[in-house]
Amino acid sequence: MSVEAWTTTFVIISFILYLYIGWRSRVKDSKGFFVADRGVPAIANGAATAADWMSAASFISMAGLISFMGYDGSMYLMGWTGGFVLLALLLAPYLRKFGKYTVPDFVGDRYYSVWARLVAVVAAIFVSLTYVAGQMRGVGIVFSRFLQVDISTGVIIGMIIVAFFAVLGGMKGITWTQVAQYTVLIIAYLIPAIAIALVLTGNPIPQLAFSFSDIVEKLNGVQVDLGFAEYTQPFVNKSMLDVLFITIALMVGTAGLPHVIVRFYTVPSSRAARYSAGWALLFIAILYTTAPAIASFARYNLIDSLHNKSVAEVQQLDWANKWSNTGLLGIEDKNNNGRIELTPDKENSEITIDRDIIVLSTPEVAKLAPWVVALVAAGGLAAALSTASGLLLVISSSIAHDVYYRIINPEASESQRVMVGRVMVGFAIAIAGYFGVNPPGFVAQVVAFAFGLAAASFFPVILLGIFDKRTNREGAIAGMVTGLAFTAFYIIGVKFYGMQPWFFNISPEGIGTVGMMINLIITFVVSRLTPPPPLEVQEMIAHLRSPEEDGAFLRDLGEEELD
Amino acid sequence: MTNQRQGYTTQERAELDAIQQDRMRAYWRANVRLIRNLLIIWGFVSLGCSILFIPLLNQIKLGNLPLGFWMAQQGSIFTFVILIFVYAIQMDKLDRKYRR
Repeated sequence: MSVEAWTTTFVIISFILYLYIGWRSRVKDSKGFFVADRGVPAIANGAATAADWMSAASFISMAGLISFMGYDGSMYLMGWTGGFVLLALLLAPYLRKFGKYTVPDFVGDRYYSVWARLVAVVAAIFVSLTYVAGQMRGVGIVFSRFLQVDISTGVIIGMIIVAFFAVLGGMKGITWTQVAQYTVLIIAYLIPAIAIALVLTGNPIPQLAFSFSDIVEKLNGVQVDLGFAEYTQPFVNKSMLDVLFITIALMVGTAGLPHVIVRFYTVPSSRAARYSAGWALLFIAILYTTAPAIASFARYNLIDSLHNKSVAEVQQLDWANKWSNTGLLGIEDKNNNGRIELTPDKENSEITIDRDIIVLSTPEVAKLAPWVVALVAAGGLAAALSTASGLLLVISSSIAHDVYYRIINPEASESQRVMVGRVMVGFAIAIAGYFGVNPPGFVAQVVAFAFGLAAASFFPVILLGIFDKRTNREGAIAGMVTGLAFTAFYIIGVKFYGMQPWFFNISPEGIGTVGMMINLIITFVVSRLTPPPPLEVQEMIAHLRSPEEDGAFLRDLGEEELD
Repeated sequence: MTNQRQGYTTQERAELDAIQQDRMRAYWRANVRLIRNLLIIWGFVSLGCSILFIPLLNQIKLGNLPLGFWMAQQGSIFTFVILIFVYAIQMDKLDRKYRR
C-alpha cells in the first residue's frame, strides 16, 4: 500500500473513533456540557489535559525548533512543562474546590464584580481565539501535505469532526475524545523516535540514547567544523537574562491559560485535581523528553547524509527528493563545485531546512514502513484537533455561561443554557475555521500574546485570590489592567512598530514575566489602600483553604442543587 | 458537623470552634510550607541549574552530555513530574491528619 492509502486509512479510522466516542458521551445538562459532570477520573483527565495542551506546534514544530536553536530551545521545553508545577501546587486544587464552571467565574465571584468578570471573559476569549486559529491551520496543513487535499477542504473536514463531538458532548465529549487523541499522538510520536534512536545509536529508548550515546558529541564537533556554535553551547541566540525571562513567562503563562485550567474542573475532587496534574505532566513529559532526542538525532543525520556529498549522491536519496519537492528542504549547488555544502551563512548555504521537516521526515530518513509515515499524519491531526476542541469549549463557556447566564439572563433554564452553549461552540468553530482558511498574517506573532496576557492577567489574580485574603476588587482590577496594558504595549510596540526592546533587551516573548510582577505589586498595594473584601468572600477563601472536600459550603450548593 | 455538636453548651461550642479554627490555620501553614519547599527545588533545577549556573554545571558530564545541558533538556522535566506527585502524596497525608 502507498503512503497516501495508509494515511487515508489511518485518518478515517481515527476519525470514526472520535465520532463514536463523541456520540457515546453526548450530554443533556449544563453540568455535563461545561464540566463533564465532574466525573472524569484523575488519570483520564491527565491524558485529556496532555492532549489539550500539546498542540500541532508541539507535535510538528517543537523538535525542529530545538534542532535549530540547540541549548536555547530548552526554554520551550522547560517553560511548557514547568508551568504545570505552578498549576498543581498553586491553582488547580483550589479552583476545583471553588467548583464552578469557568475561569472568569472564579475571578467574578472572588472579586465580587461584574467588571472583573468581563475583563476575564475578554482575556479568555482573546487568548483562545489566537490559539485556535493556528490549530485549524495545522489541520489544513496536515491534510494538504499528506493527502494532497486543498488546505481549505482540510480545514472544513476538521471543523465538521470537531463540531460533531463538541456540540453533542460538550466538555464530556471533548474529554473522552482527547483521551483517545492522546493515545494516537503519543504512539505516532514514539515509534519514529524509537526507530531513529535504534538506527543511529543501537539504543531503542530515545531519552537514554540522547544522554549516553556519542551523537550529541559528534554533532558538536560537526557544528564547529562547519562554523556553527556547539549544539550544547548556551546563550548563542539569546542572552542569559532573556532566556530566563522567556522561560518564566512561558511557565506562568502555561499555568494561566484558561483551556488548561478548566480541565481541572472536570475531576471529582481537589485531591483528584492534584494527581491529575501529575498524570498530565507525566504524559506530556513522555513527548517533551523525546523531542530533544529527535532534534539532535535528526539534525546530525541530516547534516551527515547531505553535507559535502556530491549532487548525484544526494539525488539518489528518495526522501531528500520528496521533501525538496514540497519546498521544505532546499538543496542547490550554488557555487557549482559539484558538492552540497551547509554553512551558517544563509545566503551561501546550499542546504535550507524548514523546521517542520525534522519530525515529518524522521520516519522516512530512518527508512520506516509507509504506515509509520501515515501514523505521524494521524498523530499531527490528533494533536491539532484535541487542542482546538478544548479552546472552542473555553470560548463557548465564556459567552454561554459567564456572559449569557451570569450577566444577561440569570433566570435561564437548564435547556436554554445548554442550547446557548451548543450554539456558541458552533459559532466559535465557524470563526476558527474562517481564520484557518484565511490566516491573518500576524497569527505567529500574536502567539506571544497568548502567554504574555495569561501571565500578566490570570495567573497573579488567581494566585492572590487564593493565597492573600486581603486582595480585593479594587486591587485585582487595577493589577489586571496595568499588567495587561504594559504587556500589550511592549509586545505591540516591539512586534509591529519597531520599538527597541528597551527593558534590558528582553524579547516580547519574555515580557509577560515583567507584566506579571507589575500586576502582583499593583494588586498587593492597591488592595491594602482600599477596604477589605466582604465577609462572605473571606468565608469563601477560608473554605478553599480547608481540608474538607465539597458539600460543606452552602454557597456552592445554591447553584448546583437548584439547577 | 451539627450532629457531633448536639448536647454541648454554648460556651463549649465556642471553644470547639476556636480549636477548629486553629486546626485550619495549622493545616494551611503546613500546606504553604510544603509548597514553598517544593517551589524552591522547582526554581533551583529549572532557573538555577538549567539557566543561571549552566556555565559551571557544563564542566561536569552526565553520560555524554554536559550536565547543565542535560538538566535543561531532560533533568528539569523529570524533576517537575516528581515534584507534583510528591505534593499530591504529601497533601493526602495532611488531609488525613487535619480532616474532621
